[in-house]
Amino acid sequence: MKLTGAQAMVKALELEGINIIFGYPGAAICPFYDALLDSEITHVLTRNEQGAAHSASGFARVTGKPGVCVATSGPGATNLITGIATAYSDSIPMVAITGQVSLELIGRDVFQEVDTTGATAPFCKHNYLVKDVRELPRIIKEAFHIASTGRPGPVVIDVPVDIQTQKLDFNYPEIVEIKGYKPNYKGHPQQIKRIAEAISKSKTPVICAGGGVVTAEATDIMTSFAEKCGIPVVTTLMGIGAIEGDHPLNLGMLGSHGVFAANYAVNRTDLLILIGARVGDRALGTAEKIAEKAKIIHIDIDPAEIGKNVSTAIPVVGDAKLILEALSSVIQPGDTSDWVKEVKRVKAEKLEKPKAGDKDTVNPRLVISLLSERLDTSAILATEVGQNQIWAANNFTAKRPGAFITSGGLGTMGYGLPAAIGAKLGSPDSTVVIVGGDGSFQMSMPEMGTIKQSKIGIKILILNNSRLGMVREIQKNKYNRRYSQVFMNDNPDFVKLAEAYGFQAEKITADSQINAALDRFLADDSTYLLECIVDPDEPTI
Amino acid sequence: MAKHTLSVLVENRSGVLSRVAGLFSRRGFNIDSLAVGVTENPEVSRMTIVVNGDEYTVEQVSKQLNKLIDVIKIRELENSDSVSRELALIKVNATAATRSEIIQIVEIFRAKIVDVSKNTLTVEISGSTDKVEALEDMLKQFGVKEIVRTGTIAIERGNKYIKAGNTEE
Repeated sequence: MKLTGAQAMVKALELEGINIIFGYPGAAICPFYDALLDSEITHVLTRNEQGAAHSASGFARVTGKPGVCVATSGPGATNLITGIATAYSDSIPMVAITGQVSLELIGRDVFQEVDTTGATAPFCKHNYLVKDVRELPRIIKEAFHIASTGRPGPVVIDVPVDIQTQKLDFNYPEIVEIKGYKPNYKGHPQQIKRIAEAISKSKTPVICAGGGVVTAEATDIMTSFAEKCGIPVVTTLMGIGAIEGDHPLNLGMLGSHGVFAANYAVNRTDLLILIGARVGDRALGTAEKIAEKAKIIHIDIDPAEIGKNVSTAIPVVGDAKLILEALSSVIQPGDTSDWVKEVKRVKAEKLEKPKAGDKDTVNPRLVISLLSERLDTSAILATEVGQNQIWAANNFTAKRPGAFITSGGLGTMGYGLPAAIGAKLGSPDSTVVIVGGDGSFQMSMPEMGTIKQSKIGIKILILNNSRLGMVREIQKNKYNRRYSQVFMNDNPDFVKLAEAYGFQAEKITADSQINAALDRFLADDSTYLLECIVDPDEPTI
Repeated sequence: MAKHTLSVLVENRSGVLSRVAGLFSRRGFNIDSLAVGVTENPEVSRMTIVVNGDEYTVEQVSKQLNKLIDVIKIRELENSDSVSRELALIKVNATAATRSEIIQIVEIFRAKIVDVSKNTLTVEISGSTDKVEALEDMLKQFGVKEIVRTGTIAIERGNKYIKAGNTEE
């Protein structure tokens, strides 16, 4: 079959089962967009390339399949970059396709030329600059394989515009053969035996579940393993949903922004079992101190994560689900009943249900916890970054993996809204809520246009304290209250802004208004913006 | 901190060197030397990388390099179990009075004179880093005009070899 490079790109996407892509056209990617007209693939036109990358990421998180985003050369590619880096930090499968200037012009600094592969190399799993049209099928096949296997991540394919118009005999390869890429899924049996022995002996074990548990779809096996052995579970930010939010053994999120019970358990454990968690500083900033008292078991699909941030007594490389299955079949549970009783007591003592007050502001914890109560199992909550992210993380009860979508590693403001768009398109029957602050919401605010044009319903909850709240808090606590550039006093009228897009919207200023407002917010599947005025002094924790 | 020699097989493709170099700077590792050349298989190149660092650094370097899709295989070479060489070209001032003394030194080191002019001699030496440095040291007194050194390359002793397939030993 003779195809142009552009037709081959579209055909390859179809063969990969891709039916929706996110992007923004430009001169160097025009042949691709021309070929796209003859395809069934839905294209979502975002308002900025960064939105396309974040939407692809949100889509990938709910479908488990690589999200695809497309941009032109130069600024199109550089705008994608934040989204690529965000996906890399959180191990999200993504294929990013960028146009490039003609092959013979590369290096001449022509209009809209940047070194896309050079720029993205440090924060993508792999990238390609296509120099021969005949290589396109192999490269696209490899890109999807690399993005979605092992530890997932973004892969960038940079395609010069002349390559897109040249012809090739199109044959899509069925298998991938990459010498230097063979992820290891099955854990070493000897190591699994050692882990089982350590767990049997432990009096106060704790499982720390990270995003890897969600990715590996290991929720059920991990939960039943924890139940069988009597092991309390703490989660990282990315691990929220790895165990049901209200499971009796779930102590909540650990770390500097986590909850008391989770940190209590981690600081007293004699055996910390890290599963798909990369020991990030916000979760385990004092990992080495914990390792002085506790034995560390580290289960991860990426060998490079083991020993990177904490010395590990028993490492095992592989897929969390397969390893937990193997562990379950050999484990002889020890007696941890006293320990489980102790942590459950601490959890109950320290549990503070947010209460309604009579101030002329809205308690952000209360609105999220009331919202959470109303959402069904299929619902998805996306967050922006800042105080809103932590309020959401600690007050939303994720009932399943994938229900909570957030930029955990890179902490990208402006991630939530476009990610919510991708999530909704990937899971159309789910209610999708985006929680944002007034600061982070404004970073991707134009994506409301994408919502409108895509004819989807997104529930937008803005916690407005007219501040960059988390930065303000740092300045309050560590910089002697010298507040620098954290005021957003002249915010637009968010309600009117939403109305300009044809969305319903309202603003509330007191806890007493929350319930009625949430009724309207969730009444149907249309987009609704609910702005809650929040006290600037409301702390994150 | 000790020097560690890593023998790294990579795909012989453009962009690989920049990925490897980029990884070192991104992760804060220091490269002592790096030498690249194609192997017996034209699709595969070998990089010999000398890293200065502790065990943690070397382990991290290896693991992070292994994550690069273009990296096929990595082996740390033990000094006692491998042969390592580097090549240097040294251009040294030479007058009628000093020329024969320089030639004598060069002979002791089993090095070679590869170019001669009225005022200079160019010496080629290959050997361990220590040997190259020792010769450089001896030639300094005459006035060294220019030194060009390759990075270290190394190979395991005996029957062992590192190949892109699964063959080892």
